[in-house]
Amino acid sequence: MIHDQARYVENGQYEPLLSEKETTEVEIGENDDSPLPDDLTRDSVELPDVSEPELARHYTRLSQMNWSIDSGPYPLGSCTMKYNPKFTEDVAADPNGSVHPDRSARSVQGCLGLLHGLQEYLARIGGMDAVTLQPPAGAAGEFAGILVAKAYHEANGEDRNEVIIPASAHGTNFASAAMAGYDVVELPSAEDGRVDVEALEAAVGDDTAALMLTNPNTVGLFERDIEHIAETVHDAGGLLYYDGANLNALLGRARPGDMGFDIMHYNVHKTFATPHGGGGPGAGPVGVVDELAEYLPSPRVRERSSGSGYELFDPERSVGKVHGFQGNWLVLVKAYAYIARLGDEGLLDASAKAVLNANYLGSQVEFDIPYGPYHHEFAATSGEKDAADVAKRMLDYGVHPPTTKWPEMVPEAMLTEPTEIESKKSLDDLAAAFNAAAADDEETLADAPSRTTARRIDQVSAARNPRLSWRALDGDE
Amino acid sequence: MTRERGSPYAPHADAEMAAMLDAIGVDDEEALFDIPEGVRFDDEFGIEPRSEQALRRELTALLAKNDDLTEFMGRGHYDHYVPSIVDSLSQRAEFITSYTQYQPEITQGFLQALFEYQSMLVELTGLPVANCSMYDAATALAEAARLADRVRQASGTRVLVPEFLRSGKRGVLDNYLAGAEMTVETYPMDDGNVDFDALTELVDDETAMVYAENPTVRGTIEERLSDIGDLAAENDALFCLGTDLVALALLEEPASVGADVVVGEAGVLGLPTAYGMGLGLFATREEYLRQVPGRLVGVSEDAADKRAYTLTLQTREQHIRRERATSNICTNQAWVALRAAIHLAWLGPSGLVDLAEDCVRDAATLAERLDALVGLQAPIHDRHHFREFVVHTDQPAAAIAEDLETEGYAVHVVGEHLLQVCITDANAHDADGLVAAFEEVL
Repeated sequence: MIHDQARYVENGQYEPLLSEKETTEVEIGENDDSPLPDDLTRDSVELPDVSEPELARHYTRLSQMNWSIDSGPYPLGSCTMKYNPKFTEDVAADPNGSVHPDRSARSVQGCLGLLHGLQEYLARIGGMDAVTLQPPAGAAGEFAGILVAKAYHEANGEDRNEVIIPASAHGTNFASAAMAGYDVVELPSAEDGRVDVEALEAAVGDDTAALMLTNPNTVGLFERDIEHIAETVHDAGGLLYYDGANLNALLGRARPGDMGFDIMHYNVHKTFATPHGGGGPGAGPVGVVDELAEYLPSPRVRERSSGSGYELFDPERSVGKVHGFQGNWLVLVKAYAYIARLGDEGLLDASAKAVLNANYLGSQVEFDIPYGPYHHEFAATSGEKDAADVAKRMLDYGVHPPTTKWPEMVPEAMLTEPTEIESKKSLDDLAAAFNAAAADDEETLADAPSRTTARRIDQVSAARNPRLSWRALDGDE
Repeated sequence: MTRERGSPYAPHADAEMAAMLDAIGVDDEEALFDIPEGVRFDDEFGIEPRSEQALRRELTALLAKNDDLTEFMGRGHYDHYVPSIVDSLSQRAEFITSYTQYQPEITQGFLQALFEYQSMLVELTGLPVANCSMYDAATALAEAARLADRVRQASGTRVLVPEFLRSGKRGVLDNYLAGAEMTVETYPMDDGNVDFDALTELVDDETAMVYAENPTVRGTIEERLSDIGDLAAENDALFCLGTDLVALALLEEPASVGADVVVGEAGVLGLPTAYGMGLGLFATREEYLRQVPGRLVGVSEDAADKRAYTLTLQTREQHIRRERATSNICTNQAWVALRAAIHLAWLGPSGLVDLAEDCVRDAATLAERLDALVGLQAPIHDRHHFREFVVHTDQPAAAIAEDLETEGYAVHVVGEHLLQVCITDANAHDADGLVAAFEEVL
């Protein structure tokens, strides 16, 4: 299979930059008609000056040079790239829902009703008592959750300065804990790929503020000792934080709250099929157990105590704000619509098929998969072959490759998560791409890809000689 | 072909299910779950599935419960008309359903669009480095302060911010600095603008960053930005300027007034009001490049020596550097940045400058009209204004705002006798209506 995109290469039809089409420099106040005196204005502005039809073609062309979940499988491990229903876009675009964030609560009962409904849904799905929708991404949710933990310990007069994180965790866990001022204690994995419980027991203590855990973890394994882990952390006075990145594997089968987690974030752009938008926006709501609810960021939404309807309120000992306003509204609308569309049986079915798909694909892939039994994702190893090279070669076979070289506990890892939306045929195609790349010789792999919009891109020179705007290209070519 | 009931987006037919289970060697998919009995969830959420059609009706009805008001609101979040082409092109599935560009060879399109977004920010700010988005203006400001901490570790932990600053920005700033052992202090304002003499008293060699806004949260245009830039430079403090994409087209160029970092709201273009969803802009000087938070798209070459775009300098980011990363931001606002870029390109330089000039003219005209009404004085600050201004009311401001709502208009209450009014191309057509509503309720 040759990518549709490749025709741009074959025809030599690279899409020029807007700046290479036409730019115009406009002088400010050149006819003395500026409404401001000269000393308060700039002299001129130079920007692209392109007609609407040309813009339509420019961005249409760029879109065609871009892989997406609507183009084909996107089995990036831990990213949960699943199909984004179309109707949720229409709901989110409803002009009635687009209001200024400072509007009075009485005048935005529709927005508040939806947000309150989403808080409820997420609380039930996670087994949590209270939810905030403010964090604009999963990492922002982690940060908010850790701030809540910090406020809780401080209110109890406890000075705890460490957050424990398994080595295989997402990098954001480490960065978020550090941003909140914590020292990070890295926890090694046991031989079976799960948390090393003995190492955990040795690591926890009076300094432990929290343990951040992903379950199933980043190679798809369920932390079977979760009850013991929770007890160990709680006995030491610490809190248990759930990273919701892999929640898709558990929907309706196990809930973080029931497992003993005190704080969690939801990646609604993963689990609840809201579009990733080429890198965002997402949303990272945070759920907590009752005794932490008063620390959540403000404002939250609740039912009015008198009469009907909803109001915003500031939790009593709120940590404050992690977003200037109320978060990424459009994403939250889509998450609500998706959850309501599926309901109990749809959510349960989504996790069943996600796990089935991962296991079926794993059974068809010829690379070794060191850890199991896995749920929604598996970490294959390309062994002697460079995982990045194999991935580039998979591009030639018309699929998007998995996440490569992560987590580090698997050498030459190819972390694969097909999600529930792929059919058997599609999974067979994916397996064929894996296996064909596995059979190719080193030279072919190193030369890949050859059928894509761009050939292998030199990332080293991009970093060594950063050219970050079209200004930096002046004098090139 | 039959499917069991369940997720409408799982494509499995019964025969396929059977073949897959057979290949794995299990009887049913429940056998694949390795969850201990003690933590299994056997209850229900009680969420009733709905058909697509029923759900659309339900949500349309729910959102219709918002009152239909014409908003004359701003204070850091602005509504400009978004041309249809922005929706049409940004909604293309290849853009909205794609992921971060970790395989650049098949994501050249989005990478180029983000590179162009960065490039337009470089043109507007005059600073050579712009990232391809933060969450919003508040988080961008907070990231700027953390950048100041990293680049000036040797001395100084104080961040100085204006007395008039949105509480949301201050709140996020406080939180982002909680782990950095930095302190935030305010400096006074003088008739809506920076009180430069008071600021001079406060800036010392313990100051890591001085933050000012142009326009200010009250809509005034700063008159001494170069002096603030010089003051910060003399004290080895970073000068961070908060602004927005439209204001950048007209007001003093940040680079020319000595700004080291520019932050602010880029969602003024491309986004509807969206209940506060934003797009943070972030630009800085070359020397801080390796301390910049967030994603950067750079130019490189492919194996055929052709120009190609790629995410670059990723060693700053959390997925590589973990707790030593320049920021925890991973998922950002890339699609919103695409929308802003399309809107910017659609306006072009003349359209953008015209829009910005109207923000000055229309605010002045509306203030004059409100000032003519008995019981109102506008604007309270004797300054040039951009989009918005503060109005003094003889009667309690909250009561007037509430009455205006019944007339179909929303404005801000910013003090016991102070309202704030914002006018843009999105509501200018109804300025007569707002003035009439004020007359009605006064």
